[in-house]
Amino acid sequence: MKNKLLEWVDERFPLTKTFNEHLAHYYVPKNFNMWYFFGSLAIMMLVIQIVSGIFLTMNYKPDGAAAFGSVEYIMRDVEWGWLIRYMHSTGASFFFIVIYLHMFRGLLYGSYKKPRELVWMIGVGIFLLLMAEAFMGYLLPWGQMSYWGAQVIISLFGAVPFIGPDLALWIRGDFVVADATLNRFFAFHVIAAPLVLLGLVVVHITALHEVGSNNPDGVDIKKDKDANGIPLDGIPFHPYYTVKDAFGASLFLIFFCIVMFYWPEGGGFFIEAPNFVPADPLKTPDHIAPVWYFTPFYTILRAVPSIAGSPFPGVVAMGVSTLIFMLLPWLDRSPVKSIRYRSTTFKLWVAMFVVVFFILGFLGTKAPSPLYNVIGQICTVLYFAFFVCMPWYTKNEKCKPVPERVTDK
Amino acid sequence: MKKLIIAILMMALPALGMAAGPSIPLLSANIDLDDKESLQRGAAIFIHNCLNCHSAHYMRYNRVSEDLGMAESEIKSMMFTTDNVGDTMVVALDPKEAKAWFGTLPPDLTVIERFRGADWLYTYFLSFYKDDSRPFGVNNLLFKDVGMPHAMLGMQGLADPIYRDETLPDGSIRKVVDSLSQPAGGAMSTADYEEAVRDLVGFMVYMGEPAKLVRYDLGWKVILFLIFLTFLLYLLKKEYWRDIH
Repeated sequence: MKNKLLEWVDERFPLTKTFNEHLAHYYVPKNFNMWYFFGSLAIMMLVIQIVSGIFLTMNYKPDGAAAFGSVEYIMRDVEWGWLIRYMHSTGASFFFIVIYLHMFRGLLYGSYKKPRELVWMIGVGIFLLLMAEAFMGYLLPWGQMSYWGAQVIISLFGAVPFIGPDLALWIRGDFVVADATLNRFFAFHVIAAPLVLLGLVVVHITALHEVGSNNPDGVDIKKDKDANGIPLDGIPFHPYYTVKDAFGASLFLIFFCIVMFYWPEGGGFFIEAPNFVPADPLKTPDHIAPVWYFTPFYTILRAVPSIAGSPFPGVVAMGVSTLIFMLLPWLDRSPVKSIRYRSTTFKLWVAMFVVVFFILGFLGTKAPSPLYNVIGQICTVLYFAFFVCMPWYTKNEKCKPVPERVTDK
Repeated sequence: MKKLIIAILMMALPALGMAAGPSIPLLSANIDLDDKESLQRGAAIFIHNCLNCHSAHYMRYNRVSEDLGMAESEIKSMMFTTDNVGDTMVVALDPKEAKAWFGTLPPDLTVIERFRGADWLYTYFLSFYKDDSRPFGVNNLLFKDVGMPHAMLGMQGLADPIYRDETLPDGSIRKVVDSLSQPAGGAMSTADYEEAVRDLVGFMVYMGEPAKLVRYDLGWKVILFLIFLTFLLYLLKKEYWRDIH
């Protein structure tokens, strides 16, 4: 009966074919380590955000006069509303934690290198879109930090020469962040951005499955195949990695639930305290800090000095600091992919980049001071140096010999 | 239009340079949300002392009585602006008059604890002192020149400021409030007043997020289940991967 039904469907839709192509007969290196959990975890976070978001949308009111109250209504009067809302707010931060670790995995094992340049670039596109999605979502609770965070970031567009002020006005739909801004951000947050995001994720995975996954050894598993054309070091994604990723997802959810149930404000980093005061266009908060996942780039924005009173150079630097990831496949000239077999010089550069990224992130949460500004400027220079100097420190890199087959570390 | 946008930028950017921090060290509130009697007393103090000028218009009366285990008659005896227990805690105060009296509109207090924090509120209620230069004759060490009168004056009494000399960079000396004297003239002893403030702040913590009562109790069960599930999935993974290793 079941087989008959499946046959009936398969004659009309490539169900079994697709399942085999992408899961049961999709061969993946057998030596994935824990860094490789974050791809499937990112998909899980996307699903959590979409599902919790749908339920939030049922009760939220995108209206300058009602938005703040509707969030409190969700927290108090909607059955399990507090859980749905914390799932979404904690989910936003965890999504970024997962994405940052997923990207770092790519950096560690050279996953951006030929033939995976497009996989990487689409991924960076997803990252940029995710930042836009998060930024617009953060306006919706309509608290003081939502409001003034958006006010500051949108006014940055005003720094663009010539068209700036009109551009900022066009984005806001009003002279200040107001009801019109809230409504369009809501539309973008719940429809436009998620729609494109989903499309890009499909493209990202399609591109990945075309070339196959990299692995912690950076060895191409497709060059050693058995008589049936199956890679010797490859195993079918399903069932091996479906069960492994299920374990990873469950482990991850433990941490997620600890934060969601016992630490949803994340020490003021996940939900900022001033956001419990309704948006007030006449009262600027003492200290406007973006949410933690934007802070490294925010520090770069602040570190670059203004020219002729215009913060435009900082805006450009901030934009470039996110877009520059796109160039990684061409900046890195080493033939070796995995950091396991790369030179100490490269390892030190990566270590430096990680430290600098954390310092930039920390500084972005703090009010500026002369000392912080100097540290921020040094770290900004080092941040860009990591990318700009890469062609030179990777060109004649002394790498260790790469094994022929994947290792079982 | 251009001017307005520049004005907004000018308003927002200097604000980035100002750090917010309490002016005096905060006392520890030590709230216990499991102590329902304390929360009930806090609710009464809140309704009798705060709810005359401040609203809590996201908090429903019957939610308070249900969550804190109060009888409906008990909460009804404390309702002055409505007869419907399903109503939220609004005030009859006219916003225009309020502005004339206090210089500013008394903020809604439903989620004020989530902005200020329990320790801040606890310290605030213990930091009022006599200051004849202020409209209501009181000032606050934590919230300088606050527009609010000391609503619990009858309970605490009033403390006198104790000054100390502070030398300014230019060598001149000015008097600043160093500490507060023992409050006098109140109906309560200092220890009783501190307890009452703790009850009140406890209630405000609860009011800021009533779900706290549920989520602390639910969370560990979910996490325990996930630990068990993770263990099972680990065994499953091990079983499947036996033929790979």
